[in-house]
Amino acid sequence: MAKIQLNGKKVVIKSNYSLFDLLKKYKLTEKRIAIEHNGEIISKANYKRKNLKNNDKVEIVHFIGGG
Amino acid sequence: MEDNLKKDTFKVAGKILKSRLIVGTGKYKSFSETAKAVKASGANMVTVAIRRVNILDKKKPILTDYLNPKKIIYLPNTAGCFNSEEALRTLRLAREMGGWKLVKLEVLGDKKTLYPNMIETIKSTKILSKEGFKVMVYCTDDPLMAKKLEDNGAVAIMPLASPIGSGLGLQNKINISLIIKQSKVPVIVDAGIGTASDATIAMELGCDGVLINSAIAKAKKPILMARSFKDAVISGRNSFLAGRMGKNYFASASSPTKGLI
Repeated sequence: MAKIQLNGKKVVIKSNYSLFDLLKKYKLTEKRIAIEHNGEIISKANYKRKNLKNNDKVEIVHFIGGG
Repeated sequence: MEDNLKKDTFKVAGKILKSRLIVGTGKYKSFSETAKAVKASGANMVTVAIRRVNILDKKKPILTDYLNPKKIIYLPNTAGCFNSEEALRTLRLAREMGGWKLVKLEVLGDKKTLYPNMIETIKSTKILSKEGFKVMVYCTDDPLMAKKLEDNGAVAIMPLASPIGSGLGLQNKINISLIIKQSKVPVIVDAGIGTASDATIAMELGCDGVLINSAIAKAKKPILMARSFKDAVISGRNSFLAGRMGKNYFASASSPTKGLI
């Protein structure tokens, strides 16, 4: 188990969870999103390789209406 | 005359836009209303914001389900950013999301007026341009600042007509005209337009385009207002190209005096 901070909220995930697993959990694999992991932008090609550990900070963003 | 109109293309960073009206996608009652208004406006570029995904509600509808980014150009903005760092972070994320290099930069300086912080804006324009972004920049209507932006790589100058969402219309036509005269990149009036005639006036001054959000979204009938803006922008542009008549102090009869009985 690992505790991470996802979009400002505390979330508990399984050990050895990758960013891709996280996207699957939230049904976001098919969506147009971008990820920041501990302040660093992660490219799509690395979602499966990037494993999450305790206290990691993840931000998942998307487009919303704006002016 | 017809030939003249055909040649009148609107290009931003090498991209040809069919419409000189760019619309925002915020403040609508629903995504379905947003999509209908965008369609009625005839715009082929829309501004969008970047925010956290709602992880608590997986089924919540999202913008891309209603406005296909493959069919309409998304222009990611940095709304809500108050310094260069926040703006750069936001646009780098936007680029990662799908290769967006054409972006709208806005670095705000004051929560009450949402007036742009030009020092941070110029700084960000310079960095983003160096990173390969094509930056359309929201700015004050100060010609000196507009020139600085152009010198630092801005691909479009977007001066405010009046504060964002105020609906006060063009408050400084002289400054907007000065910016239009000096700029080699497109000038797009962004923010403050209240109603269709404001957009026509901006286009008659010689602006290359206008960006509208609140004036459409906050109208009593947004979809009808979107159509009205479409016509207003076309009308203003044609009027500018046609060249208005001179102003005279005294009357000049429209009917000939020769042959009067």
